[in-house]
Amino acid sequence: MTPDKQISKLVYMANQIGHFFASQTGDAKVDGVADHIAKFWDPRMREKIISHVRQGGEGVDALVKEAVMKLDDKTATPAI
Amino acid sequence: MALVTETDYGTPAPKSERKVALTIDGVGIEVAEGTSIMRAAMDMGTKIPKLCATDTLEPFGSCRLCLVEIQGRNGTPASCTTPVAEGMVVRTQTERLKALRKGVMELYISDHPLDCLTCAANGDCELQTEAGAVGLRDVRYGYAGSNHFDGKKDESNPYFTYDPAKCIVCNRCVRACEEVQGTFALTIDGRGFDSRVAPGQNEPFFESECVSCGACVQACPTATLSEKSLIAIGQPEHSAVTTCAYCGVGCTFKAEMRGEELVRMVPHKDGKANHGHSCVKGRFAWGYATHKDRILNPMIRAKVSDPWREVSWEEAIHHAASEFRRIQSAHGPRSIGGITSSRCTNEETYLVQKLIRGGFGNNNVDTCARVCHSPTGYGLKTAFGTSAGTQDFDSVDHSDVILVVGANPTDGHPVFGSRMKRRLREGAKLIVIDPRRIDLVRTPHVQADYHLALQPGTNVAILSAIAHVIVTEGLVNEAFVRERCDWSEFEDWAAFVAEARNSPEEVAKFSGVPADLIRSAARLYATGGDAAIYYGLGVTEHSQGSTTVLAIANLALATGNLGRPGVGVNPLRGQNNVQGACDMGSFPHEFAGYRHVSDDSARHIYESLWGVDLDNEPGLRIPNMLDAAVEGTFRGIYIQGEDILQSDPDTHHVAAGLAAMECVVVQDLFLNETANYAHVFLPGSTFLEKDGTFTNAERRIQRVRKVMSPKNGYGDWEITMLLANAMGFPMTYRHPSEIMDEIAATTPSFAGVSFAKLDEAGSVQWPCNEAAPEGTPVMHIGGFASGKGKFVVTEYIPTDERTGPRFPLLLTTGRILSHYNVGAQTRRTENVAWHPEDLLEIHPHDAELRGVKEGDWVKVLSRAGETTLRALITDRVAPGVVYTTFHHPTTQANVVTTDFSDWATNCPEFKVTAVQISPSNGPSDWQESYREQAEQSRRIISVEAAE
Repeated sequence: MTPDKQISKLVYMANQIGHFFASQTGDAKVDGVADHIAKFWDPRMREKIISHVRQGGEGVDALVKEAVMKLDDKTATPAI
Repeated sequence: MALVTETDYGTPAPKSERKVALTIDGVGIEVAEGTSIMRAAMDMGTKIPKLCATDTLEPFGSCRLCLVEIQGRNGTPASCTTPVAEGMVVRTQTERLKALRKGVMELYISDHPLDCLTCAANGDCELQTEAGAVGLRDVRYGYAGSNHFDGKKDESNPYFTYDPAKCIVCNRCVRACEEVQGTFALTIDGRGFDSRVAPGQNEPFFESECVSCGACVQACPTATLSEKSLIAIGQPEHSAVTTCAYCGVGCTFKAEMRGEELVRMVPHKDGKANHGHSCVKGRFAWGYATHKDRILNPMIRAKVSDPWREVSWEEAIHHAASEFRRIQSAHGPRSIGGITSSRCTNEETYLVQKLIRGGFGNNNVDTCARVCHSPTGYGLKTAFGTSAGTQDFDSVDHSDVILVVGANPTDGHPVFGSRMKRRLREGAKLIVIDPRRIDLVRTPHVQADYHLALQPGTNVAILSAIAHVIVTEGLVNEAFVRERCDWSEFEDWAAFVAEARNSPEEVAKFSGVPADLIRSAARLYATGGDAAIYYGLGVTEHSQGSTTVLAIANLALATGNLGRPGVGVNPLRGQNNVQGACDMGSFPHEFAGYRHVSDDSARHIYESLWGVDLDNEPGLRIPNMLDAAVEGTFRGIYIQGEDILQSDPDTHHVAAGLAAMECVVVQDLFLNETANYAHVFLPGSTFLEKDGTFTNAERRIQRVRKVMSPKNGYGDWEITMLLANAMGFPMTYRHPSEIMDEIAATTPSFAGVSFAKLDEAGSVQWPCNEAAPEGTPVMHIGGFASGKGKFVVTEYIPTDERTGPRFPLLLTTGRILSHYNVGAQTRRTENVAWHPEDLLEIHPHDAELRGVKEGDWVKVLSRAGETTLRALITDRVAPGVVYTTFHHPTTQANVVTTDFSDWATNCPEFKVTAVQISPSNGPSDWQESYREQAEQSRRIISVEAAE
């Protein structure tokens, strides 16, 4: 799997998570995505998506970008 | 150890709680109203002679051996069909009764062969026993009656024989097939002396619709229907009660032994999951345990292209441990991981995750639930606060409406399927949501009220449309919702489902299900009384698997179908210990008892007990491990009892991931497909060779008992200990009970569980702790673990796996009755007689369009790959949908499945693959080359034992 393919797979997975939380009501959409990634993604996967978003985040939906930036800020410690 | 025997009370126990007092043989007794006289007598220890009666079947009253006298009543009624009455005075033994019984027995024996010494049932024959009980000394009619010696034995079934000469026409087999199994495959053909048991249309057993569950064999009081293993070996001399290692029903069996040789597996009447019933797999398909393919010596090799070299346990374990440490020292602590097995015991699974978390120093542990029920864990924990089904199996007896979604109980969970059919025959209503016309839709004396044959991938839309009807037609149980749920979350959800785009009329446009069918099904579910939902992998194995589980939970919450018998949300788990593997902390993000690894208090419990610091970051899931392997950051894996190359999607990608690793350690019974890419092979043990526990789909923890020495030398738990110790992470358990003690001491929901408790109670359902010392059959009575039930908006998002001109059909995959999972066990039994290869089910219309005829080789091509198999033309699948199973590695159905997966859990989307079908000349080039590679990979260089 090439690095491009790896990152595009992670972008796809992150956007899938984003699609779910985008449909939720209330104001927890961004936190929902960030919390889900923090809870279930291994650190190397998180680092990759964070790095990708830092570089512009091509292909990453806006909601997910916001969530990933939050993760970056929080140094990726998941909430329970 | 003695033979475990069960008391036969002659007729089933009644359900009434009202008591009736009577006198039997001068002794006063009080029994439940509706009890037969036969059962009441047995309650006080008096065995009334009987032949056609047994307590697993309704009374029949045909043998006339169980006659009794009742004061004030004429005649001698059959005690099996006569219920007790207040003040009744019964005599079970009088001169008149003795004469009558002896006369009846004379008639039976007059045409029964007297070859007792060479009969397979010798020592366990009810006819023999009852002849003794009635004092038969002579037969006035002689012994020359029509004894059917000239009748041909039917030996067509691989596992049992039918000998008409031994038949006394008691009808027990026929009734067992009807009442217990619900297949109605048997009847009595002919009259008088010509009477004989006739399967199907008087055809051989194997060719009939008989499903080989063994209920008829179990019910037979003579040697008419006998296990071939019993005929070959002889009567067992001891037995142990243990738990089946096949599906998630968790049937209890008596393993009946002669020395260390297994004579037969007999379903245990006291088993709380199966109540004495069984299926063809658990009852008969245990021959794999001694199959010649089983690997009994450890093996290693430097490269996967090398032949295997047999080595000592010490060398194999040392090699694996040093390789793992070498990889970690070069690539970091998170560069290795492992997979626990849902076929192994709770104790073994707990040890593997302990080794990975404590010994490997990371959380890279996952389990096969990743590819089956991980969305159940996520969805039910979110909705109800607990990652498990809500009911016990007995609950179905109270259901008025049964909704089956994406499950095929009569094939995948046959013993529970029979239970469900019995309830449906009693009048419960049935809704089936499945793209395929599963057997339950129409089977003898059962017909679904509504079958919603949806397009694969539209589950969420259909369930939201059902919710739309419930909300917009005022069918919500508002009292329940107000009391048990967050009202504002409900309002948000109700507003969402009430939108016009979620109406049945809109959803019908793309789901293929007519709107009126959706509306009718919704009304029935909401208003038909106690309604229960049972679901399977047709729900979870989708890109919206977790959303579908949430949508199911929403329906139960909205209608108040939770917290009492007869209702609930019930995942039907695939493998025997999927529930247990999940409970034991097999997921990379949580410890045993579903506590996240970042939960400091949970982590500190294990850190202080194990004496190591634990990682607070979630680890890699199986698909992530494979991605990381290809990328180069994950290089070693310990796989216990799991065959990811065959069971996981996108075989090419799995193979690439395994091939990229430097050390793959496989622990299994056989050189499975994954072992083609392994460097170390550690031979595993069967469920017959070790002690432990399994947890079934109803959260029932049951004992697995060792009945023979492990042929490989060690139980799997001992092998994990060897590896842990070699890696410098000491484990010193002397028995699996000590592992369970540690689980109980560290996991709140298991706090009350111990081997002693299980031996005493038979089984318990978690949570089992101070609050529920005897376990919890039905969950969420009075409240949810998380406080309030949670409604979640379930937006339908179509999968990105779409049909189009190149791939116009949708492939969905599933299981068949005779095989289990990847078939590693069942393919090594006589079960292959029923299903020697995977077949592609295709609708006649689609077949004709492509020029495909029954039995033709066809190529299945998807965006991921291609394979070939033979076609089975059937309207069981709708036009546009094709179906196959994944039991045979020569087919490798997962070559064509894609790596699309559930958004929340990465559970693969096995159920939706866009494909094209075309005629083919035979196996594909890939299949041929795979076969050659597998053969090469399985070469073994045996090493002579040292002198």
